[in-house]
Amino acid sequence: MTLLMNILTVFVSVALVGNYVFSETLGICPFLGVSSKPSTALGMGLAVTFVMTLSNAVTFLVFEYLLKGKYEYLQTIVFILIIASLVQFIEMLLKKMVPSLYKSLGIYLPLITTNCAVLGAANNAVGNDMVSGDFILSTSYGFSAAVGFTLAIVIFAGVRSRMDEKDVPESFRGVPITLVAAGIVAMVFNGLLSGISFG
Amino acid sequence: MKLTDVKNQFADGLFNKNPLFVQVLGTCASLAITTTVKDSIAMGIAVTAVLTCSNLLISLLRKFIPNEVRIASYIVIISGFVTIVEMLMNAYLPDLAQSLGAFLALIVVNCIILARAESYASKNKPLPSVVDGIAMGLGFTLALFLLGSVRELFGAGTFLGFSVFGKNYTPIGMLTSPPGAFIVLGCLIALFQYFKKRFSVKKAASSDAKPDSGKPQEEQPDNASEAKEGDAS
Repeated sequence: MTLLMNILTVFVSVALVGNYVFSETLGICPFLGVSSKPSTALGMGLAVTFVMTLSNAVTFLVFEYLLKGKYEYLQTIVFILIIASLVQFIEMLLKKMVPSLYKSLGIYLPLITTNCAVLGAANNAVGNDMVSGDFILSTSYGFSAAVGFTLAIVIFAGVRSRMDEKDVPESFRGVPITLVAAGIVAMVFNGLLSGISFG
Repeated sequence: MKLTDVKNQFADGLFNKNPLFVQVLGTCASLAITTTVKDSIAMGIAVTAVLTCSNLLISLLRKFIPNEVRIASYIVIISGFVTIVEMLMNAYLPDLAQSLGAFLALIVVNCIILARAESYASKNKPLPSVVDGIAMGLGFTLALFLLGSVRELFGAGTFLGFSVFGKNYTPIGMLTSPPGAFIVLGCLIALFQYFKKRFSVKKAASSDAKPDSGKPQEEQPDNASEAKEGDAS
């Protein structure tokens, strides 16, 4: 029962209160790049959730049983290699086993390697006192961070699809207005949650 | 390698193809660590160092790396240099390493470095690649410096830790928070696009022999930046 409570605490603190996009500013490249339509945003979110949960599980095992103590300085190299090969492996696996899912996720999968949220989650789970040293909690840390990312990107895609119709000043067209909108959405998201936790 | 090439590369890195303002790469780190000018400069220098070294090595190895595994090879090379920078910073500048925190390791996945490796270093000779690394790195540092300056100056009322506006200034605290980062970066890119357009219009106008036409509009940029500051607050 305490495990369930801990998982829930991790989920709330990583997916909602400390949302990776809105309060940690991790994973901004795909957040800006793939958020023009809600459906593609959801696809990207699902792909990231898949990879991030798995990568946190694998990096935890590798760190705990291979690197811990003696080889901790290799963390960055080993983690990024694990993530890159995991993405490659998942791509091949999906292509063979679930072609329909592969088709819908296909273009987003290679992009995930350079999504800093994935490496960030792996690094943070190792350094975080709340979850380090526990396999299930570390994995759920990755899962929660990814759910938070999906939530953020889908919400923002909704905002952006409305924004396309608006007449924006010329200098602000394109990236600038997207960033400003992201800032406002982030403010609302963070403000709402701090309101809940204080109220 | 001619001097004009070097000049062009620097113009590209700092202005025409500025990594942050034009290509919008490496946004994660830029938004996270630009709360103070000091951190911004440190991050810029760290990225420049990694970018220059990785460009050099990738350019030297460009004929030996098989095409199929090039991305993985680049990532290994880059993460090697990032680890070196990380260790050096932890040893000699522990305070700075502490304040950059997780984002020091995340230079590995900074899109600028991989983008330059893929689009420049893998196709060019070592010397131009090094120049490209320095130019792009400086462009990124400049962008971070501007972003950090605005956020520290208005968000905390200080510059490099020194008080600028005196005690009576109420800082716009929101600017140092993540939402403020998004908005300030958006406004800076808009400002950049505005100047870029004006600059190219002016250039075209002056080639039509109308050198005075720029004069009466001189006050406009100030207004524009004030309006944007107003937006941000």
